[in-house]
Amino acid sequence: MPSERSIITRAFAEIGLCSEFIATFFLRFWRRPFEGRELLRQMDDVGSKSFLLTGVTGFAIGIVLAMQSRGTLMRFGAEAVLPSMLALSVVKEIGPVITSLVLAGRLGAGMGAEIGSMRVTEQIEALEVAALKPYHYLVITRVLACFFMFPILTLWTDAIALMGGYLESVLASGMDYRIYFSTAFESLRFSDVLVDTGKTSIFGLIVGLVSCYLGFNVRGGTREVGRAAMKAVVMSSLLILIADVIIVRLSLVLFGSI
Amino acid sequence: MRPIELRNIHKSFGALTVLSGASVRVEAGTSGVVMGGSGSGKSVLIKHIVGLLKPDEGEVLVGEDRVDALEGDALDRVRLSIGYLFQSGALFDSMDVADNMAFFMDRHTDLTTAEQRDRTEELLSWVDLADKLHAQPAELSGGQRKRIALARALVLEPSIMLYDEPTTGLDPISVRSVSELIVRLREERGLTSVAITHDLLCAEIIADSVHFLSDGCIVASGTLDEVRQSDHPAVVPFFESSTTSSP
Repeated sequence: MPSERSIITRAFAEIGLCSEFIATFFLRFWRRPFEGRELLRQMDDVGSKSFLLTGVTGFAIGIVLAMQSRGTLMRFGAEAVLPSMLALSVVKEIGPVITSLVLAGRLGAGMGAEIGSMRVTEQIEALEVAALKPYHYLVITRVLACFFMFPILTLWTDAIALMGGYLESVLASGMDYRIYFSTAFESLRFSDVLVDTGKTSIFGLIVGLVSCYLGFNVRGGTREVGRAAMKAVVMSSLLILIADVIIVRLSLVLFGSI
Repeated sequence: MRPIELRNIHKSFGALTVLSGASVRVEAGTSGVVMGGSGSGKSVLIKHIVGLLKPDEGEVLVGEDRVDALEGDALDRVRLSIGYLFQSGALFDSMDVADNMAFFMDRHTDLTTAEQRDRTEELLSWVDLADKLHAQPAELSGGQRKRIALARALVLEPSIMLYDEPTTGLDPISVRSVSELIVRLREERGLTSVAITHDLLCAEIIADSVHFLSDGCIVASGTLDEVRQSDHPAVVPFFESSTTSSP
């Protein structure tokens, strides 16, 4: 069994390596070479190929949230506030977090496994030997794609969730769409949309950096690639939840409560 | 044409010492083969030549350039003069053969798309795989992957070629075919090359000089016949246990 000292040493070494990897991103992403074509390809991969998944997620969230809230609100005679409640819940918390967690599952595993298998099959070394910058080509493009696409996908999920809530409202109470949407949007402030959608860019950075780090540092064979993919999903999801707590606390300090 | 020289290379990974004073010189325009058992450090040695690894001690010379002391653009300049055939081929899985070939040309040359296509077709014909232009790497056999990877390593017209186990995992016919391509490459283009292998048939076909690596050091050097006759305790069992056709 490894001694306590070697476990601590390895943990510090891992933290150091991870910090260096993250610092490298911020030091290099604005420097040449710019892999524009690869960035667009990654944005397509992250974005357009996730529209269906996030759309279905949003629709389910909207309908379920409306169905479950309606009964409770009716008991207090507050059914009219359902659109406001839905809008606030979806835009401020459920939409950003659930979208990011769903994307962490899809993208974290994919990036960890793809980059990891490139490592074990020497494709990353092949880039290096050809005087290319694997970090720019593989890491910066993926992390930036996540940074840009997470908020867009979140807005899309929010919109579909509100549509789902509207559908439930029409079926359950025949609510007019003008009343539903005006009540829903009246309750939202610009800062709600800006901060709570914008925070998903940070979640995107987390998913991109964690997944690329774990894939980039795979050593060994296919078993390690699988472990990297699994760890990428678990670590990204946990860090998203922790970051969410911190960002919400900060936003309450900066913008005040509802 | 440039010679390659590794002088007194020491390399450890943590407590594990892999190289402890290995020295190899391969003359310009010739093929040097580094042989040795599995895990003897051959891959580690060859990776020093392109700066993928830095020695803890010792010097790596490619022509006049001290590779171990180079960084950034200066190292990239040396790397661009070297073609590297990886053990696994290292073809990019996400691209077909044509895109694999174009990838490096896009980034390092001013060739037009038509010129890139011409060079790709010429190199694929050279490795006798012109019909695989749009194949995915996963559709290729082991020997085909190696030959396509060799063609890709040549797109930037290197003056030095490095081969990491070029024939491992191939059947004897493919071993001969890949080895003969390596010989043709040296004869037609005058490239200096270093190959690492434990495949005796491959070494017989391609080697001008052989360097036997054991316990982190080169323990025998010379022609293949000279090394074969060495009485070093690591060399004797290696050749005794290797079965191959005599030259």
